[in-house]
Amino acid sequence: MRASVVRATVLVRPKPTILDPQGEAVGAALVHLGFEVQDARVGKVIDLEVEAADAAAAKAEVERMCEQLLANPLIESYEVEIVG
Amino acid sequence: MASPQPRIGVVTYPGSQDDRDALWALAALDAEAVPVWHDEPELPDLDAVVLPGGFSYGDYLRCGAIAGFSPATAAVREFAAAGGLVLGICNGFQILCETGLLPGALLRNESLRFVCRDVPLTVERDDLPFTTRCTAGQQLVLPVKHGDGRYLPPPDLDPAQVVLRYADNPNGSADGIAGVCNEAGNVMGLMPHPEHAVDPLLGSDDGALLLASLVDAARDRVLAAL
Repeated sequence: MRASVVRATVLVRPKPTILDPQGEAVGAALVHLGFEVQDARVGKVIDLEVEAADAAAAKAEVERMCEQLLANPLIESYEVEIVG
Repeated sequence: MASPQPRIGVVTYPGSQDDRDALWALAALDAEAVPVWHDEPELPDLDAVVLPGGFSYGDYLRCGAIAGFSPATAAVREFAAAGGLVLGICNGFQILCETGLLPGALLRNESLRFVCRDVPLTVERDDLPFTTRCTAGQQLVLPVKHGDGRYLPPPDLDPAQVVLRYADNPNGSADGIAGVCNEAGNVMGLMPHPEHAVDPLLGSDDGALLLASLVDAARDRVLAAL
């Protein structure tokens, strides 16, 4: 089977128990602007294009990337989404 | 016989800033300070290694994350596994946490502000190769300068691994932890900068207590090998 390019999006979030001062600052700024915000947390998005046989193989590959580099398991959780 | 001069390496990564101060301070404390380039897959013959402060690889992704995969870091990992003495300062501490050589992680300062000032610290351990010139309970004053220094220990951190605590917590670190060691005690990391405090002209020479302890320990290893 030929490999094709699969696009994946990784969402990395600070774990719920981790204090996120950046999220607090963003939340406070939104409240200041008049929005009714109860809570804000700031994470990051990593968009990738990977070569893989299919979507399942791409997902497994990107999850390995998360384990090795993209997220720090002590402080962050991650979600992998295959977008096409 | 003159006492031998131990060879202590300082790794320079792209974005390291305090490598030259570390080399200067170690030489001032009578070590042979050896520059090591991040691309070197093997370390030269060394008796200890220092990972300096700065912003390796622009602190992209997470501080220290990318430097954790440098060829020199892989060599440092082997050096540490064989019992070699490794000290990580500031960004070097972040790198050691990212590689798993030290427990925990360093997060954005609670204040979201970069802190740059002298801070008082309490020495918790005086029996490590990095602290033999100190006394437990002693107060040191060292400069900090970081935006990501909030130490978060793993849930199972042995309290005996805490080497230094802030007397006046500048960044929100858990339990005021400023420096930790690994279980074996041959790897240590700290956010404050001993290499910037080895001469009274610089405001404090308390950093010399830590670095001279390391030079002593490295020299002992040279003597033991003779």
